[in-house]
Amino acid sequence: MDTIQYLDEQGKPLRDLPLSPDELLLGYRALRRARHFDERVLVLQRQGRLGVYPPFRGQEAAQVGVALCLKADHDWLLPSYRESAAALTFGMPISKLILNWRADPAGWGAPPNVNMVQFYIPIATQIPQAAGVAYAQRLLGKDAVAAVFIGDGGTSEGDFHEGLNFASVFDAPLLIVVQNNGWAISVPTHKQMKVPRIAQKALGYGIPGVVVDGNDLVAVWVAAREATARARRGEGPTLIEALTYRVAPHTSSDDPSRYRSEEETERWLRRDPIVRMKNCLVHLGLWSDEQESALTSELEAEFLAAVEEADQAPEPKPWEIVEQVYAEMQPDQRTAWNYLREEA
Amino acid sequence: MIADRGTRVLNNVQAINEALDLALAKDPRVVLFGEDVGTMGGVFRASDGLMQKYGEKRVFDTPLAESGIVGFGIGLALAGLRPVAEIQFAGFLYPALDQILSHLGRMRHRTRGRFTIPMVIRAPYGGGVKTPEQHADSPEAILTHVPGVKVVIPSSPDRAKGLLLSAIEDPDPVFFLEAIKLYRGVKGEVPEGYYTLPIGKARVVREGSAASLFCYGGMVEVCLKAAEVAAREGVELEVVDLETLVPLDTPTILASVQKTGRAVVVYEAMRTGGFGAEVAARIAEEALDYLQAPIVRVAGWDAPYPPFSAVENFYRPDARRVLQAVRRVLTH
Repeated sequence: MDTIQYLDEQGKPLRDLPLSPDELLLGYRALRRARHFDERVLVLQRQGRLGVYPPFRGQEAAQVGVALCLKADHDWLLPSYRESAAALTFGMPISKLILNWRADPAGWGAPPNVNMVQFYIPIATQIPQAAGVAYAQRLLGKDAVAAVFIGDGGTSEGDFHEGLNFASVFDAPLLIVVQNNGWAISVPTHKQMKVPRIAQKALGYGIPGVVVDGNDLVAVWVAAREATARARRGEGPTLIEALTYRVAPHTSSDDPSRYRSEEETERWLRRDPIVRMKNCLVHLGLWSDEQESALTSELEAEFLAAVEEADQAPEPKPWEIVEQVYAEMQPDQRTAWNYLREEA
Repeated sequence: MIADRGTRVLNNVQAINEALDLALAKDPRVVLFGEDVGTMGGVFRASDGLMQKYGEKRVFDTPLAESGIVGFGIGLALAGLRPVAEIQFAGFLYPALDQILSHLGRMRHRTRGRFTIPMVIRAPYGGGVKTPEQHADSPEAILTHVPGVKVVIPSSPDRAKGLLLSAIEDPDPVFFLEAIKLYRGVKGEVPEGYYTLPIGKARVVREGSAASLFCYGGMVEVCLKAAEVAAREGVELEVVDLETLVPLDTPTILASVQKTGRAVVVYEAMRTGGFGAEVAARIAEEALDYLQAPIVRVAGWDAPYPPFSAVENFYRPDARRVLQAVRRVLTH
């Protein structure tokens, strides 16, 4: 299977880009915004102002390129825990994301105009659900699509296969985005499966599978745009395998030196999606150092304002533990709630 | 009022079919699906004729994959529909446990109410009709151990109809377990038209003063039979149909124990860790002073449900075993 690529490893366009200058600038800004978030929340984490955090460094293009095709109040996003970049680009406020990774309930629900389901933790469970969300759009007569994210390791789970089959059988308007980042914590992709390309698995369910250079924003965006258009036309789901690499640890608690070489990581760092996109803009005469530093200041100001907003969220109360279990509080939760109110 | 309406004699399957029909007619968001649910109308015919009546967008067959069915249903609910899924047998629920434990009951909590799953999962359960292996399981205790879901198990056609309509209207996920033995084994007067019955209420189906029998689903019939036999000997047993296991109507249970001072808990699932253990624990915690004898459980044995039909009736509690337990609490 060919890998779709528009930029070479340095970011030089390999052919005409099917995106306008404005789109390219928008895309670069979204990449930088994601990277800025990832770097800054890791600092918060080390300061003890965030919980365990799964960084996405190196995978920005694979997530941003898909999210740029979606409308938050119309389409749907079902991300796994590593997709903060997709969530951010889709429309989740930064303050909510910070609260989420602080394990603060105030960050658990997307705002009403953002159709994002809370990050999925159990692997692959989001796939059959995404098939249902997507099929519901057809039943409701909408042209909305759903996008669901999973990693290479997740494609070993039964729910991945059941979900793909349901999506296919019901012609669900769904994008299944597999970020093949090389590692499922410490297990490399070659120990996870015998097929050379995850996109081949889609073919077994009658779903088109495409492979893209996941560190090439243009490639991801264009492939996702085509898949989205196809889904909106009622032609069913597409699986996009984005070849990328998790240059950071699995989470802020992981130590990758136990299972992989620094050389491998360095090799992938040279294909950094943000550097490539910036070089592309410079090459096309669309970007200057002044614009770069203005963008940095703008992103930092936005981030600081979001931290301030997150810091103002009220501390969670012990009795919130038994709230939101049922629509109406039931007798057993009421008993616990009364106890927690008394004790706290 | 239901009391003013005409009634007909229906069996449980017919009552359930009628409830599904009424729900589909009333609420365009209701969709029905599962294995063999569409064209065939379900292996027990619970959805007989409904695909033909409402079309394949409302009532449809799915691939043969239980986790897929439950996960797909959760997705439909996320998007605003009212999914009613059938799992062909409760013993086939197990592949879907990740969806059930990790998401079905947790979505409201983990999104602080932003998303809810108003989904009903119907499943035939229990023994008594000589089914093959795995078809007679009673996994209700696995489900009652999941926060955020409700568990309803009706014991008669009129209750099944009203409770199923309530379950479909309910804003939270509801498991609706239907005793296979009762599908065609019991008949009763069922009111016409749309009506709901409250989830979360137990009911005293026979009043008595000597001892209380707590039961649900397929065991209600067994306990009523035992009570009839005991009455011939002048022993008046009270039979309480729990009907909803979650949320459990503890006050009705305690009131009965306070009245009789003796409790027998009857369920056909494996004894250890079964839902009857929860009932016994609540009585012990809240009404020990009223007890004149130990609480006794009558349940399936700590072994898989026997797929060899010749001895099935030694696994599933019957009136004889219930009466042995009654004797034990009366002679303590």
